[in-house]
This record gives sequence, structure tokens and C-alpha cells, in this order.
Amino acid sequence: MADQEEQNMIDIYVMGRRYRVPEGLTIMTALEYAGYKYVRGCGCRGGFCGACSTVYRKEDDYKLKMDLACQTAVEDGMFLVQLPFVPALREAYEIEDVDPGEKDNVLLDLYPEIARCVSCNTCSKACPQDIEVMDYVQAALRGDVERTAKLSFDCLHCGLCSIRCPADIKHYHLAQLARRLKGRYLDLDSSELEKRIKELEEGIYTEEYEEMLKMTIDELKKCYEERKFEEEG
Amino acid sequence: MKVKRDLEFLEKVEELSGESVNACIRCGTCSAGCPFVEEMDVLPERIFKRIVLGDREGIMKNNTMWICAACFTCSVRCPRDIDIAKIMEAVRLTLLREDIDMVDLDGLDNIEELPQLAVVGCFRKETG
Amino acid sequence: MIQMEDGYLYYPGCTLKTKASDYEESSKKVMEALGKPLVEMDNWYCCGAVQSLATDDIMHQIAAVRTMLCAQEQGERELVTLCDMCYNVLKQANKRMKEKPDELETMNEFLDEDPDYEGQVEVHHIFELFRDMKDEIKKLVKKPLDGLNVVTYYGCMLLRPNHVSIDNTEDPMIMEDILELLGANTIVNPKRTECCGSYHTVNRGDIVENRVEEIVARAAEDGADVIALSCPLCQFNLDYHQRVSDHKIPVLYLTELMALSFGMEAGLKKHKINPRGALKDFLE
Repeated sequence: MADQEEQNMIDIYVMGRRYRVPEGLTIMTALEYAGYKYVRGCGCRGGFCGACSTVYRKEDDYKLKMDLACQTAVEDGMFLVQLPFVPALREAYEIEDVDPGEKDNVLLDLYPEIARCVSCNTCSKACPQDIEVMDYVQAALRGDVERTAKLSFDCLHCGLCSIRCPADIKHYHLAQLARRLKGRYLDLDSSELEKRIKELEEGIYTEEYEEMLKMTIDELKKCYEERKFEEEG
Repeated sequence: MKVKRDLEFLEKVEELSGESVNACIRCGTCSAGCPFVEEMDVLPERIFKRIVLGDREGIMKNNTMWICAACFTCSVRCPRDIDIAKIMEAVRLTLLREDIDMVDLDGLDNIEELPQLAVVGCFRKETG
Repeated sequence: MIQMEDGYLYYPGCTLKTKASDYEESSKKVMEALGKPLVEMDNWYCCGAVQSLATDDIMHQIAAVRTMLCAQEQGERELVTLCDMCYNVLKQANKRMKEKPDELETMNEFLDEDPDYEGQVEVHHIFELFRDMKDEIKKLVKKPLDGLNVVTYYGCMLLRPNHVSIDNTEDPMIMEDILELLGANTIVNPKRTECCGSYHTVNRGDIVENRVEEIVARAAEDGADVIALSCPLCQFNLDYHQRVSDHKIPVLYLTELMALSFGMEAGLKKHKINPRGALKDFLE
């Protein structure tokens, strides 16, 4: 315990209860330090998956802040709550039926509530990835799939935009649809992808894959640790 | 018919609209010029009377404020200078602000065909 | 008189890039020909299409104010719209902000990540520009629309409420005056200022059908070859809902007719009722 006492300790409040934790931890590790165990809503711990949405307030700030728990350092006097999941509706569609070249209103048709956007910008302020969320919703409304896809490229699907939206827009699902439409209809076909799919179909990895299936956990771990990356270029 | 009087309703409508409902002299100019009057189950000036009476329940059963598309014809013609479109809006808002939608977003099957401004306009006037 | 050096700052609105692209294309070509090109704003937001009227409803003015702020940040004071609904909403919201400093202050406080809107931008409809350019328009007419019977249709949003009207609320002549310069035969009819049914087209199509039938029946009675207007929603309603009518009168944006008389073809692509038959004498 001596080590810990040398560290600067701060107070945080988790769902109203005070805990003393070392400074410098992320919100996620601080919660674990305080004794909470993540069963779900933990995710990658690396800021890539968007599973650990968290809402907090700093002691003297009137604003509620949103962030990813694995990417944000705890501060003294922080009030915290974890959001396990955002249950926003995602629409179903057949990708072959929604060609934005033929249909002007593909995005509006599947997500009509974007017509309720009041341009308050609350979504952009909530975004832990600093995406211009409002701007891509506006682009979606005017039928600009390309711009919606481009502006939303860094989205992790944490859902904080949708939690905050006064118009009940499902920004992140809308954006994913736009990116899928871009991939399917707007981008040029990649010759490399075609080549690789052909190789896969011809069984280039089949032998290696079957070998891996026979490995023990330890062998797999060793294999993973010794993996080599292809050089770029 | 017995009317359940909601005395706060008049106050609320006047507050939201910024207009005086009591200034209406029931001349019927609004109804005479309204392009939608045939679709309405109760004439606009009758709605005024019901607001004054505090008959919120009765008004909510009428379609008048939902048929009104805020074309402002009545507003520019009213001899008492009442901005009637604002009063219709206020009546709509008393319901919409209870988080009630008058249009079923997921039930619309014609959006692909429609110009966006129709959808935006409809949702502004008919969703809470 | 509205003046800008090299053209006009242009606010498109949600519909002009897709469903009403005929209107944008023809307006751009006409303004280009007049030597005052439309320059699209760097950034803009959907106005909301219908003005929110409640005294306490500041939230629904935000989009309009943001757009005004974008114009201000581009160093411009004059902003031009093509769409009647955009014109109406931006104009009303702007007026509200100018007349209610306390609301403007609340708005600026809410928009805390942006600079303050100073309330100096003015909103104009493209027809107001045309009114100031009559001589220039007349000079450009190469193919007068001789013998073309045009019924004008104003709808609501250019004329009402009074405080945002671009012309006489009950007896507007701004379109007739332009059409006269183009050589067309204009017909003034009493239905031209009556609502087309507006956004009811989303979920109360029958009401719009009734409205449209009244308007086009009168236009037919008056011998209309085409109907001229500027609102993309009126255009859609009058055009689309004639599918259940015996009448099939093409519904054109005024700027499409202007382009035609200037000897150019612009727009004319997205109409449900093909206007080419009615316009055959003026097309190449």
C-alpha cells in the first residue's frame, strides 16, 4: 500500500458514491480500482470500439460531458455514470435496393427523423471523436451520401450523439448506412480486393487455417505473438 | 352537451401565440378565406369560441388545427389583426409538447418521391 | 435596391440539390447570363421549411440563425434564396432576431462555440433581384415567348405574412411583370395566391389533391399552356397531384421560362408532366 499513498489520490463519484483513486487513471481503470467489474460495455480498451460511453460532470462545470471511459483521465471531483448500451433503432434494408444514384432520398427514406434536425449541434458537442455530426446529418437531409460518409468516417458507434439529440435522430446508424452506400455505389471497385477474394476462393489459406484449428491455446498465443506484418508500400 | 372547462387552456394558448383570442368578433373572415375550410370539421372562429370556453378536450377531438397548414391567409385578412396562424400553432403545440406525434414516421411509404422540404415542414408541424 | 459586387451569396436549402435541381440549374444560368452569378454559401443549414410561430420557441429559429451567421462569417450582408419556404423562414426568423434583442442574446449564448450573430444580414428572394434588373432581363430576351399562355402561381410563402411579403399580398404582380418582359401572355387568376396544400402532401394527400384540382381547373379554364411559380413544394404538389386530374398542365419554375427566352435550355428534366410539348415552339 505504501506505493499507492505516494501517488496523488483524488476523489471521484460513481453513481453518487465517493471513491478515492490514484490520479492519472482512465475512467475505466479508475472504476475497476474502485472495485467495479466490467462484464459488458468494456470493449477494446483502446478507443476503437465505442463500447464504453460514459457521462460525467466536472465539479464546477454546469455542463454534462460525454466521452469514452477508456480514453479519458479521471479528474478530482468527477461525477460519473456508465452507459452500458444505446438502444437506438437501426433500420433494415437490402443494399441492392437503395442505389443513391437512382434515389434522391435514400437516407431520409430509411431515417425520416433527420428531417427533424434543428441544427442545435448538441450531437457534435457530445461526440468523443470530434466529428461534425450535425453537418453530416444536414448533408444526409439534402441527399449528399458522399459527404455524410466522409464526415462520419471516424465514428465508433458509441451512440452518445443519439442519446443527446432532441430530435431523436439515430446519427450513427444513419452514418453507417451512408458509408455502406458509399462503399457499394460511389467508390471505385478495388482490383486488389477482387484478386484477394479470388485467391481465397481458390483456397490460398485453407491449409494454414486447418492447421490453426488443431492448435492448443498456448500454440495460438505463441503464433499471435510471433506474427509478422507485411511491409507497407 | 356538458363542457369540461379547462381555464388554463386559454391562458396557455394566449401565452404561446402572443395573440388575444378574446379580440375575435366572430366575423368569419378567417373561415371565408381559408382554402382548407371544407376539410375542417369545425370552423376556425368556432375554435376560438371553444378556446375561450376552455373546451380543450373538445378541441383536441377536432381536426381544425391539424388541417391548418399555416398559409397565413386568415392572418393577413383578420379585421381585428389577430395572427390566427399563431393561435392554431399554439393549439397544436399544447398537444405536441406532450411528446405526441400526429404523423407516423415509420408508416410513411412515399418519402422517396417527396421533396425534402415537405417532410421537414410536416414534421415541424406534426411531431412532438 | 440589393447590391453585391460580383454576384449574390446564395442559400440553396434542403431540396434544391436533388428534387428541385431544375430550379437551381435554371436560376444559376439565368443569373450568370445577367452578369450576377449566384455564389453558394460555404456552409448552410436546413431552415426548417415552416416557421415556428410560438412566442417561446427559440429552438426552431437556431438553424436559420446559423445560416445567417454563416453569411456574416463570409463577410456578406445580402443573402438570396430561390425556395419560397426558405425565403419565408429565414426572413421571419431573421426579423424576429432583429426585433427581439433579448432572444438574439439568448441565441448567441446558446451558440457559444460560434461568433455572435449581429443581426445585420438581409434575406432576399431571387424575384426581388429580377425586379431590380428589368432592363437587363429585357436585353437578354432572344426568343420571346410569343403566344405562350402562362398562369402565375404565387402560393403563400412569398406573400404572407404581411411583414415578409415581396409584393402586394392580395394582388402581386412581380411574376407578371417579368413574364411580360419575356414576351409571354400572362393570365392573372384568383387562385394564384391560394395555398396548394403544402406539407399535407406527406400524410394527407387527398387534401392536396383537392387543392390542386381547384387551382389547375381554374388555370385550364383560363387557357393556361403552363403554370409558372418558384416554390419547390408548390411545384411538386401541382405537378405530381395532377396525376388524378383530367388536366395535365406543365408546372414550370419561372427561371426555366426565363432561360428559354434567353435562348438557353435549363432544367426541364424532373417534371412529372413533360413540359416539352407546351414549349415546343421555343425549344431548339
